[in-house]
Amino acid sequence: MRNRRVVITGLGVMAPNGTNVSEFKESIINGTSGIRGVEELKNLKFSCHIAGLPNYNENYLNHYFNKIQLRGLKASGMEYGVIAGMDAWKDAGLVINDSQVPRWDAGVIFGTGILGVDKFREAIYKVDEGNVRKLGSTTVIQTMASGISAFLGGMLGCGNVVTTNSSACSTGTEAILMAYDRIAAGNAEIILAGSTSDSGPYVWGGFDAMRILPYKYNDNPTKASRPMSATASGFVPGSGAGALVVESLDSAQKRGAKIYAEILGGHVNSGGQRNGGSMTAPNSEAVQQCIKNAINTSGIQANDIDAINGHLTATTKDPTEIKNWCEALDRKETDFPYINSLKSLVGHCLAASGSIESVATILQLNEGFIFGNINCEDLHPEIQSQINRDQVPTKTFDFSANIIAKASFGFGDVNACVIFKKYNSI
Amino acid sequence: MTTKEDLLLKLKTIITPYVQNQEGLENLNEGTDFIKDLEINSANLVDVVLDVEDEFDIEIDNEAMEKMLTVKASIEVIEGKLAAK
Repeated sequence: MRNRRVVITGLGVMAPNGTNVSEFKESIINGTSGIRGVEELKNLKFSCHIAGLPNYNENYLNHYFNKIQLRGLKASGMEYGVIAGMDAWKDAGLVINDSQVPRWDAGVIFGTGILGVDKFREAIYKVDEGNVRKLGSTTVIQTMASGISAFLGGMLGCGNVVTTNSSACSTGTEAILMAYDRIAAGNAEIILAGSTSDSGPYVWGGFDAMRILPYKYNDNPTKASRPMSATASGFVPGSGAGALVVESLDSAQKRGAKIYAEILGGHVNSGGQRNGGSMTAPNSEAVQQCIKNAINTSGIQANDIDAINGHLTATTKDPTEIKNWCEALDRKETDFPYINSLKSLVGHCLAASGSIESVATILQLNEGFIFGNINCEDLHPEIQSQINRDQVPTKTFDFSANIIAKASFGFGDVNACVIFKKYNSI
Repeated sequence: MTTKEDLLLKLKTIITPYVQNQEGLENLNEGTDFIKDLEINSANLVDVVLDVEDEFDIEIDNEAMEKMLTVKASIEVIEGKLAAK
């Protein structure tokens, strides 16, 4: 039996260069970077003093959280995720369920790597001071990883799956595929899928300690994130959230919903930390398998892919990623699809990267453009030797792509690849 | 010395953000039950107690806290703690 068709009917985003979809779209079209200096990181003696984080006024939260929810709220990832999630729901033309009966056909799959780090820090201090009784009721709900799906599920009144997945930097892309699978199998009609990542020194410190963040661009933040560039020197830490309403085509048509794109399929796998794969590096064979399986399950050919939105973090692994795409697709030089990396504009939003980048990918499909990569005028020679320079655009241009592949790779040697297609009713 | 009216007023201010039944709040009296009449989420009762501690500069032990389910019981606990200061 052929699986049911699954489409995207709503988008929401909290990105370093845009705190709603229209602002974000303008930024990616214009090449506006969201990377800026963060005084706190400098004061704490980080090597890297720059980061990408959504910029908004605290009063903005009143539109999304009630007074009780706001009391003692100290979880940036919760703020980003709730705003992006609620925006996506509204964008899809869905309403908040205010009846006493949950929506049994609607769920939430919203991933994160770690949640409420600042809240947890506050709790640790109180506990160590012997003041555990002073924690109040807000510590658990803000620091449990599933706090984000729990908040959203409760706000919306969802009665289907409400869960949080976690697979490092592939979390967001994985969440979309989990939603796709559940809907395609007929076990749900609508799922709010996405991911979020806290910001701040306690999230980024571990990466700074690994010396994988750039430290030579502290005075020039917008130049720091350089995916595919010869002068790439590490990923700029980022944060935010992306959200997508994933829905069965049946349900979307019944509601007369606007359809942004179709999900043809995808694949997730792991390299088992074997054969070159490790906790922090991908097994190339597994990456290629993941891409190939995504293509196969989507019922398309490698040649059908018009563009790629890569993982491409701006570390030394970028040329390897390009090589893996070339081999998986068996396409190179001028035959290679256009490729871009959102990280040049927002940094690496970690667990949120896959969902924010998927929002960017779908906007490209829906609006007919390919956004330019900034900071890679000096294409890495090992990339230049594999694909044509023009396949890595530095400026946004009009292009009506039919199919775009999006992949994310994460610590733990885990991979996720999803195939998005421009929606066509036939 | 805090009068009972003062105390009731302060308590009302503290519980207001947690109340889900506004009608119950408007009719607040000594017999009001936090959960039944005001529909305060039981998880939030600890937050009410912490706010009471801060407001009156007292410490409420677990045993006293378990009693604080109505306005009347809460006022008795607060008065007791204030008298013992």
